[in-house]
Amino acid sequence: PLRRVLLILPFGTPLGGVYKERTKDAARLSEFNGKMLLVSWEWSYVQTPYIIAIWILVASVAKILFHFSQRFTTVVPESCMLILLGLVLGGIVLLTSKKQLYQLEPGLFFLFLLPTIVGDAGYFMPARLFFDNLGAILLYAVVGTLWNAFCTGFCLYGVKLLGIIDQKVQAGLMEFLLFGALISAVDPVAVLAVFEEVHVNETLFIIVFGESLLNDAVTVVLYKVYMSFVEVGPENVQTADYFKGVASFLIVSIGGTMVGLIFAALLAFITRFTKKVRIIEPLLVFLMVYLAYLTAELFSLSAILSMTFCGIGCNKYVEANISQKSRTTVKYTMKTLASIAETIIFIFLGISAVDKSKWAWDTGLISCTLIFIFVFRALGVVMQTWVLNWFRLVPLDKIDQVVMSYGGLRGAVAFALVVLLDAERVPAKDYFVATTIIVVFFTVMFQGLTIKPLVNWLKVPRATNRKPTINEEIHERAFDHCLTAVEDIAGLNGYHHWRDKWEQFDKNYLSKLLLRKSVYRKSELWEVYQKINIRDAISVIDQGGNVLTSARLSLPSMASRASFPEVTNVTNYLRENGSGVCLDLQVIDNVPGAKVEEESETHHFLAGNLYKPRRRYQSHYSRHFMTVGDHERQDREIFQRNMKSRMETHSNGCFLSLLQRRGSDVKEQDLNDKPRRNVSWQDKDPVVVTVESEDEKGEHLEPEKEEDVGITFVARKVPDTPKERPKSVPAGLEVCQSPSVAPPSPTCSERNLPWKGGIGTLPVCVSMEATKIIPIDLQQAWNQSISSLESLASPPGPVEPLHPRVSALSRLGGQRPVSYSGSGVSGSGFGSRGAGSIVAQGIARFEFPPGGEEKEEEEGALSDQEQELQPLVSSSVRPPAPSPPGPGSRAEEEPLCVPEEPGHSAPSWQ
Amino acid sequence: MGSTNSTLSKIPNVEELMQETGFTPAHIVRLYDRFEALDKEKTGHLRPQDFGAINRLAMNPIGDRIIGAFFSPGQETVDFHSFVRILAHFRPADKKRPKDPSMPEPVNSRTSKLKYPPLVFSLISVAFQLYDQDKDGKISRAELLQVLRSMLEMQVTEEQLESIADRTIQEADLDKDDAISFEEFRKSLEKVNIDHKMSIRFLR
Repeated sequence: PLRRVLLILPFGTPLGGVYKERTKDAARLSEFNGKMLLVSWEWSYVQTPYIIAIWILVASVAKILFHFSQRFTTVVPESCMLILLGLVLGGIVLLTSKKQLYQLEPGLFFLFLLPTIVGDAGYFMPARLFFDNLGAILLYAVVGTLWNAFCTGFCLYGVKLLGIIDQKVQAGLMEFLLFGALISAVDPVAVLAVFEEVHVNETLFIIVFGESLLNDAVTVVLYKVYMSFVEVGPENVQTADYFKGVASFLIVSIGGTMVGLIFAALLAFITRFTKKVRIIEPLLVFLMVYLAYLTAELFSLSAILSMTFCGIGCNKYVEANISQKSRTTVKYTMKTLASIAETIIFIFLGISAVDKSKWAWDTGLISCTLIFIFVFRALGVVMQTWVLNWFRLVPLDKIDQVVMSYGGLRGAVAFALVVLLDAERVPAKDYFVATTIIVVFFTVMFQGLTIKPLVNWLKVPRATNRKPTINEEIHERAFDHCLTAVEDIAGLNGYHHWRDKWEQFDKNYLSKLLLRKSVYRKSELWEVYQKINIRDAISVIDQGGNVLTSARLSLPSMASRASFPEVTNVTNYLRENGSGVCLDLQVIDNVPGAKVEEESETHHFLAGNLYKPRRRYQSHYSRHFMTVGDHERQDREIFQRNMKSRMETHSNGCFLSLLQRRGSDVKEQDLNDKPRRNVSWQDKDPVVVTVESEDEKGEHLEPEKEEDVGITFVARKVPDTPKERPKSVPAGLEVCQSPSVAPPSPTCSERNLPWKGGIGTLPVCVSMEATKIIPIDLQQAWNQSISSLESLASPPGPVEPLHPRVSALSRLGGQRPVSYSGSGVSGSGFGSRGAGSIVAQGIARFEFPPGGEEKEEEEGALSDQEQELQPLVSSSVRPPAPSPPGPGSRAEEEPLCVPEEPGHSAPSWQ
Repeated sequence: MGSTNSTLSKIPNVEELMQETGFTPAHIVRLYDRFEALDKEKTGHLRPQDFGAINRLAMNPIGDRIIGAFFSPGQETVDFHSFVRILAHFRPADKKRPKDPSMPEPVNSRTSKLKYPPLVFSLISVAFQLYDQDKDGKISRAELLQVLRSMLEMQVTEEQLESIADRTIQEADLDKDDAISFEEFRKSLEKVNIDHKMSIRFLR
């Protein structure tokens, strides 16, 4: 019965036979001649990739399962569970095939699994933190590892002489030193796996983790040197060989670093020129970082060092050069690969242990090794820290030392190295392998399990998962300058002095060489500023309506802000001065009326139900351009320009002649709708929504137009505090948001309720080849965010009668930026009818020559009053408008439009 | 050690100074040498021009502000004692006496007890003064803009500068007076370990 169960794993056995069967492949063809098989069993053909894929699948599923129970995973680190799972799987395989088929192959490990993890670690290494602590890291990595290796090796030898280790273990001093070298290095994979869950403070983490990466050079050199010593025999080792060892260490470490840096520079340089081929940017990053690793291996330099420094070195420039989407892709892919590699490593570690050939147990050796590595690690840390604290600005205290000692985890690197040993030259290999497995398991499982309680118990300062605020960014920059100046005044050539020199050099030469021109001109602080804004915007959207509908909205980066109303002055001020675009996140203060809610509810319902069928129009596929064809790009540009100018006009509140821009506006608006959806949502990219929450100027839209930038929302504060702002001043954006239906002017409703505005666009989109629609899975989230935005609107106010014409126009133009995004999903709600009507209008107006923009201004002027008037949106479709005429006007128009729907409308602007 | 002692003997009240600032004799000697080197005319006082002569300082975007911090209002010169006392603010906290981060700087707590009027109260107020050039206890938008402008140089447009400044003020401004008071400044940095970020190591 057991047997039958195990047949589920039929691919277990044939691994060894793959190659033999491969050769039969040729014969296979001839076998079949004569008879035609509809289905044939091609196992041998797909076997290798199949097995690999299955293992990855197993690893992924295992990961998913472990994370089912929150409580469980907080106690037991994932690495422990994976090793246990590996043990179980290994047991199953062993039972079925009598022989362990799988183990962590050193080749596989060093060439594929390790690079993915190290690459990720290097690329995302917090560079500033790393270099701030470089001294400590180097000390621990070099001196600490040497100390551990020698002490462990010598002491094991001594213990052997004392007879505690069994005579079966045939090893001399060199063998023990070799073993000490490979067992003493702290392992990056294990450290990462365990420390990531513990969240100790950054300094502590970077020191332990940096050490685990940089000690690779020491390990590699020691390993090689001892191997050669073992090969020639200890008696033939000459003094010169020791010096060669030292020289070799310098070459391996410095050479590795140089290779990494060269590749970093190359990579950064190449990404300068990928503007037209964004799609290969992520690939380039992976390739070059991996090549740095392989090249270092090629010259037998320290590959981990090479890759780490390649990552650290290129990150700044590459991130600045590549597009936002590429950045996201790189990040996700790296994290995915690293996480899967880590999972596989731990599972295979578990599996490798279940192997009869490895069960060469010697209690003395194992217990002594465990004791020694622990004791010497602790001793080493204490001594080095003592020395280090003489020089460190921020001394490492006792608690830090305990965690550092305890965090000295051994892992897969040691295992892979010990498996690589040549059993003929190192007769005790089996004992060493067994001991290594035990040591790895002990450190990963026992220490991994207990380090969390220990950290809690010691009250080790934790990492705060807090993103810096703009204030901190600015002030810290100022501090850096300040300290540099103080060092200069005091005549010290200290750390800040050199850092400043480096920054000057970087700015004057490196960045010029490695950064795109467009990027080079950008200031980092400005980038930071935008990032913070984006973060705010995203979090606002993430939180959906909850935050927005409530009277207060607190952006994460503005912890101090108590409530919005008070903030308004700044915003008002800005908005009066500035010509920025504003998507006003803060109109929130206006309590959304019931009507809005009703409306939006209906809208969501309809959107959810009606839109999907349109997906069938989605036909655009290109392997080379992810999102944006020329067409789309153009559209987007138009969109942005349009948006910007529109917003400007809003805020300026000047009345321009209606006719001037009307036509173009309509057209642009409609076209724009589409690209937006495609671009940001379709790809599930983190949307680049630069919501400059309140104080934004729209100008920066322009510089950023690079196609990958995504769409920029610019939110501006709405001045709704009457005291501060006279009503007469056009409330630029509020207009948009206030759902209003003035009898003659449908304007507001369109502007406010995204879907209304969006309606016009739909037909167009459909007809265009590139039409994409928000993926279903995103729709809900999208709806939420939309609704939240909608709910912002609607300040009550007196309705101002508009001229019918104006209103019609404004309706067309009135879409808000928000609504664009919304329209994709939401447009469907009001569906074809509404859409048709608007489109029809659009067409009609379109004939009027130039420019639709003016209406904006009109809106702007009118809007503040209007919006106040109209609490909620009334629309043709649904709710009775607050002001009776609203629906009426709409209704009139509708019949007209309906017939014209998509087919008709599309051509007009395409 | 002989030269150390001879140098020390040239400095009046050196014991007091060392006790006050926590510098070791070696530090003091080193700083004294530096002081003398800066003091080209051997007047025993440094004038702003003397600081201006430091090349790298001239390249520092906020160098002039730092120089300004050495001169208490109304004074044209700074003598060695003040020089050392100000530098002492940037000395890392005493290792032997692990300091509660909420406590004020050791230097300043000591300083305030001594007869010399405290020029600055703590690191954070040093930092604050970098911005608050008119010493009205508030960082106004214009002051912030100035600092930003000098730090960012040509890299951003004026509009970008302004929006950064606005955002910054908005973020920190609790009482909505469109300026950052000292208290607000302190609050905005309370999550930052300012002692770590604002100290330098004085080599011997």
